Amino acid sequence: MIEVMFFGQLTDGTGVSSVMIEEVANTDMLINLMKQHYPFLESSTYMVALNNTMVTENTIIRPGSKVAFMPPFSGG
Amino acid sequence: MAGQQKLQQARVLVIGAGGLGCPIMQYLVAAGVGHIGLADHDKVSLSNLHRQVLFGTEDIGYYKVDVVKQKMFSLNSDVNIRTWNERWTQQHCLQYFPDFDVIVDATDNFASRYLINDACVLLGKPLVFGAVSQFEGQVAVFNQLYADGSRSVNYRDLFPLPPANGEVLNCAEGGVLGVLPGTIGTLQATEAIKLITGIGTTLSNRLWNYTALTQDVFIMQLVANPLSLQHIPVSKEQFISTDYEWLCGYLQQGIKEIDALDWQEKFLDHLFVDIRESHELPRLDSFCSSLALEWMELPLSNLENNISHLIGKNVVFVCHAGVRSLVAADMLMKASPASAVFSLKGGVHGLVEKNLI
Repeated sequence: MIEVMFFGQLTDGTGVSSVMIEEVANTDMLINLMKQHYPFLESSTYMVALNNTMVTENTIIRPGSKVAFMPPFSGG
Repeated sequence: MAGQQKLQQARVLVIGAGGLGCPIMQYLVAAGVGHIGLADHDKVSLSNLHRQVLFGTEDIGYYKVDVVKQKMFSLNSDVNIRTWNERWTQQHCLQYFPDFDVIVDATDNFASRYLINDACVLLGKPLVFGAVSQFEGQVAVFNQLYADGSRSVNYRDLFPLPPANGEVLNCAEGGVLGVLPGTIGTLQATEAIKLITGIGTTLSNRLWNYTALTQDVFIMQLVANPLSLQHIPVSKEQFISTDYEWLCGYLQQGIKEIDALDWQEKFLDHLFVDIRESHELPRLDSFCSSLALEWMELPLSNLENNISHLIGKNVVFVCHAGVRSLVAADMLMKASPASAVFSLKGGVHGLVEKNLI
């Protein structure tokens, strides 16, 4: 299984702060899967971290990994 | 030099005297930071009081920077505090950042955050970043200089472009747990003090995310993002010509930017529209004829009245630096939804820099 975590106002759209999903091969596939499941992600801004490290390109996901979707915060 | 001496000689600029700025100022002043700059154009209002804990009802209507300065004087009269009660702009960054060792972003909007980040990269200043969203907060140290001359990542590495206007709510719209900016601001003061004294390990190349509802802390390791470099102004001129308010209001509402190489590879068959005013140089006549382009000059000031000429056409807009062309692209996309519309990133300036003109 893979744990997908959502932060900030993304949780307003997902309704949950994390979901467990079946194995997905890589981060691009996972992002697409999440966009199908939560269409608001298509027009949202966020960065993605795999096992607490930010990813900037498609990366293989090993079983048991944690993937985080982190949006920018503006408030102060 | 002892830590206390370093603090006494340090020069820290805090931008924003709100929920984050209040605790940052209290702890920097209490710690004995010798020289502090504080900028905020706002006046105290009743809705601030639940989270901006330096202010009381008697302060309503006064400039925040004036109230903070007065209260800080009673905490430590040796601290030298300089204030600005005006909106912080590119000119302020260029003029005053060189006077400070550490910049602290305590603002409450994306336009200011991208402005400050880009200025810190351009001028080589470490930036202590903090932001809140309802029940969560983020802290990081950007652009910190290492002994080998390299620098830690900056905000553009995380989020190369700001979100669309309205996508992320600010405190006034989304509400924020009053104590949260206190938590995050205190962390920012901690990082500033670590940067000054050299103790411990700062949050450079790390994003510290805190969820007040669960007290969960999630730290992620940050890496350089190649997209970041495409969007940070590389010169003072480019920095000054970047309209941050606008950038944060309009970008990413489906406007597509293409870089010069992409354009030359794939989109030379699109109508190329130069929307600069007639006095702006270099003119593109010979460049466009050398590429046998279908092109036209249509200054942005006349675009609205002449937009009918472009309806249904596939267009690449170009301006001097690639900012006004985004405005043009936005206009045509609204007028002609079926058109493929692009804005040439970097504009004519970029073409000249890449030796394409």
